Amino acid sequence: MAELTLVVNGRSQAVDVAPDTPLLWVLRDALGYTGTKYGCGMSQCGACTVHVEGVAARSCVTPVGTVDGKKITTIEGLSADRSHPLQQAWIAEQVPQCGYCQSGMLMSASALLAKKPRPTDADIDDALGGHICRCGTYQRIRRAVHRAAEGGGK
Amino acid sequence: MTTRRAFLKTGAAGGAALVVGFRFSIDALAQEAQEKKKPSPFDAWIHIDKSGTVTLITAKSEMGQGALTAMPMILAEELEVDWNGVRVEQAPTDPSIYDHGTGGSGSVAGSWLPLRQAGAAAREMLVRAAATAWNVEPATCRAEKGFIVHGPRRRRLAYGELVEAASKLPIPDFNKVPLKNPDDFHIVGQSIARTDIPSKVDGSARFGIDVRVPGLLYAVVARCPTFGGKAARFDATKAKAIAGVRHVLEIPAVGAGAHTAGGIAVVADSTWAAMQGRQALQIDWDHGPHASESSQTLRQASETIAAQPGKVVRNEGDAAATLVGAEQKVDAVYELPFQAHATMEPMNCTVDIRADRAEAWSPTQAPDWTRSAIAQVTGLPPPSINVHTTLMGGGFGRRYQADFVVEAAQVGKAVGAPVQLLWTREDDMRHDFYRPFAYHRLSGAVDAKGNAVAWHHRIVSTSIRSFWDPPDRVKPEASEIGGAVDLAYAVPNLRVEYAPVPSGVPVAWWRSVEASLNAFVVEGFIDELAAAAKADPLAFRQRLLAEPRMIKQPPDSESALDTRRFKGVLDLAAAKAGWGSPLPAGRGRGIACAFSFDSYVAEVAEVSVDKAGLPHVHRVVCAVDCGRAVNPDGVRAQVESAVVYGLSAALKGAITIAGGRAEQSNFHDFEVMRIQEMPVVEVHLVASTERPTGIGEPGLPPAAPAVANAIFAATGKRLRRLPILRV
Repeated sequence: MAELTLVVNGRSQAVDVAPDTPLLWVLRDALGYTGTKYGCGMSQCGACTVHVEGVAARSCVTPVGTVDGKKITTIEGLSADRSHPLQQAWIAEQVPQCGYCQSGMLMSASALLAKKPRPTDADIDDALGGHICRCGTYQRIRRAVHRAAEGGGK
Repeated sequence: MTTRRAFLKTGAAGGAALVVGFRFSIDALAQEAQEKKKPSPFDAWIHIDKSGTVTLITAKSEMGQGALTAMPMILAEELEVDWNGVRVEQAPTDPSIYDHGTGGSGSVAGSWLPLRQAGAAAREMLVRAAATAWNVEPATCRAEKGFIVHGPRRRRLAYGELVEAASKLPIPDFNKVPLKNPDDFHIVGQSIARTDIPSKVDGSARFGIDVRVPGLLYAVVARCPTFGGKAARFDATKAKAIAGVRHVLEIPAVGAGAHTAGGIAVVADSTWAAMQGRQALQIDWDHGPHASESSQTLRQASETIAAQPGKVVRNEGDAAATLVGAEQKVDAVYELPFQAHATMEPMNCTVDIRADRAEAWSPTQAPDWTRSAIAQVTGLPPPSINVHTTLMGGGFGRRYQADFVVEAAQVGKAVGAPVQLLWTREDDMRHDFYRPFAYHRLSGAVDAKGNAVAWHHRIVSTSIRSFWDPPDRVKPEASEIGGAVDLAYAVPNLRVEYAPVPSGVPVAWWRSVEASLNAFVVEGFIDELAAAAKADPLAFRQRLLAEPRMIKQPPDSESALDTRRFKGVLDLAAAKAGWGSPLPAGRGRGIACAFSFDSYVAEVAEVSVDKAGLPHVHRVVCAVDCGRAVNPDGVRAQVESAVVYGLSAALKGAITIAGGRAEQSNFHDFEVMRIQEMPVVEVHLVASTERPTGIGEPGLPPAAPAVANAIFAATGKRLRRLPILRV
């Protein structure tokens, strides 16, 4: 066990866990950020995606010891009030069905837009190709990313 | 039909309120419940309180299919309130109430009429209460946006002001209460934003896996990888040495009704510690009676069975004799693998089991079954068990089962603390109840004029009913022949047979059940006959559907296929897809149609095959006749979803068996469609005034055959075995 400090959604929090514990389980079980989902445990589905220092990362394969002191953003921290253009676009395009994969999708999509405000379809494929949605909402996801990029969240 | 007392007994109402209880009667399970003489005849209620708040209380669960949006729309339409003025509450799982499950594409289809009748009944009571207050004829009053309005001066009373008086009136006869003229619908038929979506973009939606209660422990179970195997002995010393591990215990397999594998449970302070503990277990497995089964042995056994006549499920004319003297005969064997549901949220259940009561939080399609499973394991009387149905990260039929609930109850009872039992992705993939393996043998004939004159179809599969039903009551073909026995195309000499192949692999209902298996075969083979007749695949189908017929097969089926509607969606899909118009070089178009859950869906796929032999689906045009579309955008979303699910099974993953176990374990070896492979999917709805029918599943069956037929059009290669990884 080790004392670590995680800065989650701007809040500094101390945790006492084995440093090889995946960040995912620390977020979910120790800190209560359940918006970040477990899907595969081996970086195959993207449901666990968060930002570490603004970069999309798979929390299921990120040992918590490697993010000590770093800034982590989860879906709960994407905006305070669902006002992020992607969240608005997700609602406008009626993207989610079961919704389980969408936290991860939104985190990867927001990292993409931060880097490339006007992504092409190929950019979207690159950013979200590692994610799985079993409800098959991909077509609406693509539309929603473009909508957000065009400032049409509403 | 009094309702108020029955409702108050559930304890969910407080203060004066107008309450109308009713039942979703178009449901075989509800009928079964009635036969068991449940004390309350209701499974849903409308509740209007003094503030005018309308609540629909229903046991239906939301898994992203939009039922909890479409249902209040129907109610609001008849009740004349704003649709978002209706709150939806999950029914309490009081055992005196029957909670029927959510499945079979039946939530909206089954509740359409009961919801309309109940809404109209409540509206009539409010009208009568207002008429009495004003001392006027009820016929001179009308309901409008939450008010009863009367006369040219439009005096009005809000529903909330009327509930006390209305609640004392007798509830009108549901069969006589006047329903709205559908021409006046202003909510039904509009695309309305789903109510569950906002919580799904900010992480606040609570799925089963997100349940957190004070003192919660986390559990995972080591199960024998071989189906039907069990632990012979185990050593937990190293597991117990892992920090955070609290308990290690053996749980027995539970057979009939649940089909759990049993195994060694590790309970810890966190999910990760439980997983680490499980990894440290040393277990010697007794691999059981199915350890030598493989996809290869299953194929061989099926081939042998298919060489012999099976049980005849439909027989018209003389297919065998016609085939002997046929001008042109076509023989084919089709094969489909086991498929995992692979819901994004793996199976899980949270329980808090005390000496005298229990609480459970379950992402389930069948809350009633959840409760009875817990009662069976714990010995607690059902009234002391409270089940909370959570949101589900995908259902697709997998969450109709209660195996994960049984395991949670076993562990929760043993440790005497709240426990969340979680399946890892590997557990989920290796211990699913899969879509059956199927092996089909067909012979068909066309005559000199290009007519299909004979069709002999022999189906062999690992029967769902043989796995689940008691041996003395099993009807193996019952969940295997739909979409084949009710062949839409007119063929004068037609014979369909069924035989099960024994297997130790657990099987159950997978999105659209046998429709997805049989549509691939039937729509592929009809394409083969069209090719033999040198006919256009669409024209060939249209010709065989020229004479309108109603097909009710098997004869005791509750459904009847209307060939006019079947042809209607074929025509529409073809028109929207530009059937017959030129395509870019290397591309082919394929068409397929299927009838399932009383709905009709035709799809045209545009596919190319690259130099490496990889198929690429560019576009899928769907035409859908599901009766009246309550929430058209919701219908389109469901069809888009079903197409992708169907394409995954057609082109990507499969469960194969070796050494009596599933060879796949996670998304790296059970691949599914991803965004970069996503075709453009267009959904066109047939404008219809028929009653709404199923929509969660019917978009799936035509996807695979449309793609295979398109590959044939593009390359001349006929593919009869799924998945099509390479052409």
